[in-house]
Order: sequence, then C-alpha cells, then structure tokens
Amino acid sequence: MIETLHIELGRRYHFPASHRLHSAKLSEEENNRVFGKCNNPYGHGHNYTVEIRFSGPVDSATGMIANLSELDAFVNERVIEPFGHRSLQDDVPAFRELVPTTENLCTEIFKRLKSFPAAKLEAVRIEETSNNSFEYEGN
Amino acid sequence: MVYLTRKLEFSASHRYHNPALSAEENRQVFGKCNNPHGHGHNYTLEVTIAGEPDPVTGMVLDLKELKEILDCEITQRMDHRFLNYEVAELKNQIPTCENVARLIWNLLDTKIPQGQLHRVRLYESADLFADCYRNGAKGMA
Repeated sequence: MIETLHIELGRRYHFPASHRLHSAKLSEEENNRVFGKCNNPYGHGHNYTVEIRFSGPVDSATGMIANLSELDAFVNERVIEPFGHRSLQDDVPAFRELVPTTENLCTEIFKRLKSFPAAKLEAVRIEETSNNSFEYEGN
Repeated sequence: MVYLTRKLEFSASHRYHNPALSAEENRQVFGKCNNPHGHGHNYTLEVTIAGEPDPVTGMVLDLKELKEILDCEITQRMDHRFLNYEVAELKNQIPTCENVARLIWNLLDTKIPQGQLHRVRLYESADLFADCYRNGAKGMA
C-alpha cells in the first residue's frame, strides 16, 4: 500500500521531579531577579507530563508504527528511571551546568530518545504544569 | 489560513490479532491486547479543518455541517461497536490507533465541503494517540 499520509504515534508519560533554577554564571541577586521563586534554595517539584511523537511506516502485520512495550521500555530506561523522583540538577549530570528549565528538559529528553531504532522521533512536548508546556522538534 | 478543530468521543471495543501469526506470536507481539474477547476504550477524536473564513459567514466550515458529517461517518459507524467485526473497512487490519486514525482520515477526506482536512488526532486513551496529516502538509500548522 502506498502511504499518502504522514502518520505519527503519540505517547504520554508522567514523572514527578524537583528542580531549582539557578545559574552559577549569575550573582545571587541576579539569580533571584531572573528566576524568582524558582530560585528558592531547596528547590520545588512538578508532576511532569512528557508527550513524544514518532513517525514511520505502519507495519501491516501489527498495525503499528512502533511496538508500545518496546517504546515504553526504551523511554522508561532513558527518561523515567533517571528523572522520576529525582532532583534534576543534583541527580542528572546534564543539569549540573545547564539550568533545568523545561526548555532544557525538552532538548535533553529529545537527545536521549532520538536513537529509538523503530521509528523517527518527531517531537518532545512537556507539560510542567497544566498551564505551561514546551515543545522541541529537534531543530 | 485558519484551523478549526471539532472534538467528539465514542466508545468501542477491539482486539489485536493477526491470523497469519501463531497464537504464541500474537501473544508476544500484542500482549494483553490479544485477549480473545477484546476490550474497549473511550476514544476521543479531534478533527482539524484548514481554510480561509468565508467573507460573508466568517466561517471556515459551518460546524453544524461538520457535526453531521462526523456523526454519519464516525459515530454511527464506530460508537458502541466492536471494531474488528462491525467496521467493514477494518476487517483485515489490526484496529490499532494508527489504523483507525487512517481509516477516519480516509472516511472524512472527501466529505469536507469547505476547507481541507488538515489533521485527524485519535486518542485511544489520554496517554496514547495517533495523528494523520496529508503528506507534506504537516508543517503548515
């Protein structure tokens, strides 16, 4: 069958984590001004929702772009396990230097998931709260 | 270009099973979705139409018309049905989110009287969905 459509599979995952927005390149006062409450010294947490979308041919034998249990295992190993119930700047090496904003979280998660072998990663969209969301398409 | 989206919900059951595979292979590939008597979901469908608002009515497409098309093509065909057995177009397909979304696209694409079908998004649950776009038209949103 010739596919005239572009089809994507979207999957949402959830994990809680804490973070503190603080840049070593800024003074205490500047950090306070730029990041406000998010700069509070002991950090705070969110229930993050990570939405990822993959594209690729739909396998005619399975009806799927990607097998969900393979995808879930891949995402669990690379994102949910290392990030869930963690302090992002203390427990995730990428955020020792990089401020753990949700913008940076999007690009870091994209980096970790783009090697999924069965389909092409199209986008990572993260809801930090139900009012704030961020999306990165890899460019 | 303006994008108009209409949402609707329907409930249906399905089962993932490929007769070309052995019972064991079916179990391995599809897991719980292969359970013999099927299971169901509350599906949420979002249909997005792209077009220019009509200068007189201010509408891309009259929502009443779209509602009727969706009711006739989708709700009546799929709501409270067992997709494998009662939707003829799915008889030889695994009724995954991807395949059902593609079928919905094909059912609607030629029926939209004004504007163009831009995206079909079908949620099988809050955490799983499939999107369909015409090849090459996705970036227009």
